[in-house]
Amino acid sequence: MILINSIYNEIIKIALKPRSYLGLAAITVLVGVIQFALKADGMSIISFVTSSFEQTLTFEGNVLNGNLVAFIILQMLLVQIPLLVALVTGDLVSGEAAMGTIRMLATKPISRVQLLLSKFIAGGIYTLIVILWMGVMSVVVGKLLFGTGDMMVLNSDGLVILQEADVNWRYLGGFAVAFLALFTVSSLSICLSCFTDNSIGPIVATMSVILLFTIIGTLDVRVFDPIKPYLFTTHMAAWRSFFEDPLPLSAIWRSVGVLVAHNVVLISVSLYTFHRKDIQS
Amino acid sequence: MPEKIIEVRQLSKKFGSFQAVSDVSFSVYKGDVFGFLGPNGAGKSTSIRCLNSLIKPDSGTVEIFGESITTHRESILGRIGSIIEKPDFYKYLSAYRNLEIFSRISGKPSSKQEIYKMLDFVGLGGREKDKFAGFSHGMKQRLGIAQTLLHNPDLIILDEPTTGLDPQGIIDIRNLILRLKNEQNKTVLLSSHNLAEIELICNRMVIINKGLSIVEGNVSDLMNGENLILRLEASPMPAAKNALLAWKPSLIWDNVGDSSVQFPIEKSEIPALTKFLIEQNIEIYSLEAKRTLEDYFIKIVNQ
Repeated sequence: MILINSIYNEIIKIALKPRSYLGLAAITVLVGVIQFALKADGMSIISFVTSSFEQTLTFEGNVLNGNLVAFIILQMLLVQIPLLVALVTGDLVSGEAAMGTIRMLATKPISRVQLLLSKFIAGGIYTLIVILWMGVMSVVVGKLLFGTGDMMVLNSDGLVILQEADVNWRYLGGFAVAFLALFTVSSLSICLSCFTDNSIGPIVATMSVILLFTIIGTLDVRVFDPIKPYLFTTHMAAWRSFFEDPLPLSAIWRSVGVLVAHNVVLISVSLYTFHRKDIQS
Repeated sequence: MPEKIIEVRQLSKKFGSFQAVSDVSFSVYKGDVFGFLGPNGAGKSTSIRCLNSLIKPDSGTVEIFGESITTHRESILGRIGSIIEKPDFYKYLSAYRNLEIFSRISGKPSSKQEIYKMLDFVGLGGREKDKFAGFSHGMKQRLGIAQTLLHNPDLIILDEPTTGLDPQGIIDIRNLILRLKNEQNKTVLLSSHNLAEIELICNRMVIINKGLSIVEGNVSDLMNGENLILRLEASPMPAAKNALLAWKPSLIWDNVGDSSVQFPIEKSEIPALTKFLIEQNIEIYSLEAKRTLEDYFIKIVNQ
């Protein structure tokens, strides 16, 4: 019961903190700007992509529809969203230490494990809300503004055409994996948050880790090859696999496995650290 | 023998090479208002943090309500209300919302009416919806007290509760502590730099310095030693000073204004001195023998 009360507390604190709405506002503005740009001049961008196929293929109907627009938006923004998540979750422990409220919480009859778990769960709920809002803004609003139709995706294997009826479940799967990736970012930032009493440090450190791992992942250097498959950043774009045909199920499950393993390790390290920590703030 | 509420035995804690607390022991009994005294850096806050399980001691034991804080942490903390150093709340939340949050994980969640009643009790009635960020220092302290008392704890730990308060605020907190003791038989552990406050409120105390507990006992026993400070107001003062030197050539006094002096004296010497001054035709307006906790504290700490 006290765990549920603590989760409720954490949600209230996130909900009433002005910073929490920064991410949602940023998504609204960014998606709005991209949708406006695509509405204004989207066909010329699409023509640039399709021109190379026009000798062999004929494109008919609403090519620039909501399904494609949402895909473009997600591809552009899912790189930035980790910052918006870390902005809130990176503050959950260290922000309390900086304010001194962690001292007040730790003198209450709730175990430190329960206290920290409630923060992970609340962080997860916030991440879910961010992803859902991203979904609403990109997919739902995209379809309202641009209509619907078959989806054309250009990936490393070439052009994939997905039937209109075959798209929605792919978005659901893609968002589920994207949530898992962002939850890993949330776990990383909370974990780093347990090591310091500075509220900004974990946010900057989280983004630095993501940047470092992304650079390692993209560098074509053989010495990094063995570790690349185990970096969580390698799997942050796994949501895109849902828009391949046929579906690369083994690759998706591998990504899910790596992300879950990261979460287990990060949460375990956090619980161990927080449980043993002397609260001196 | 009253029930033992806190028993600290040989508590030690080191931060790196700094020995914050070394071999501190003391006991607090049911109904005590127990003073926890020591200069800055003496190890008071570290000891209090050990009592609240905020930091883990390197050695020694802390038993509260007869159980170890290490093994029975949650059940013990459910019966304690504490303010450690200063009450820190969420700046962006209202007074009501802050109390609601801490109450929800106190083991005895309070209703909206109970929270409003408590805010009223500490003098914050009407300010329930105001944000903590806009509170004055005194109001923050009052909110801290409200948070401490809301779940009706058996043991109250207050670390410097009157720091920064105005005189009326200090009197209010002092009266509140005495009410908690007298009307509800609560046990209070009070750490304070205000020695006069300890003298006024506490029945027992421990003095710690450099991480060590130096002396523990009843405040009245510790205050009733034989060595006193006597303040003499007399006229004419030059003649009075000559008489004092004649009575005891080694006497050294401090001037207190133009018409008074104060000097150390043994209690048994006071009647003879009074008689001698009268015989020397010195007009005595007042004789005040005192042994303040401050004097005692300074003497003990400097030993």
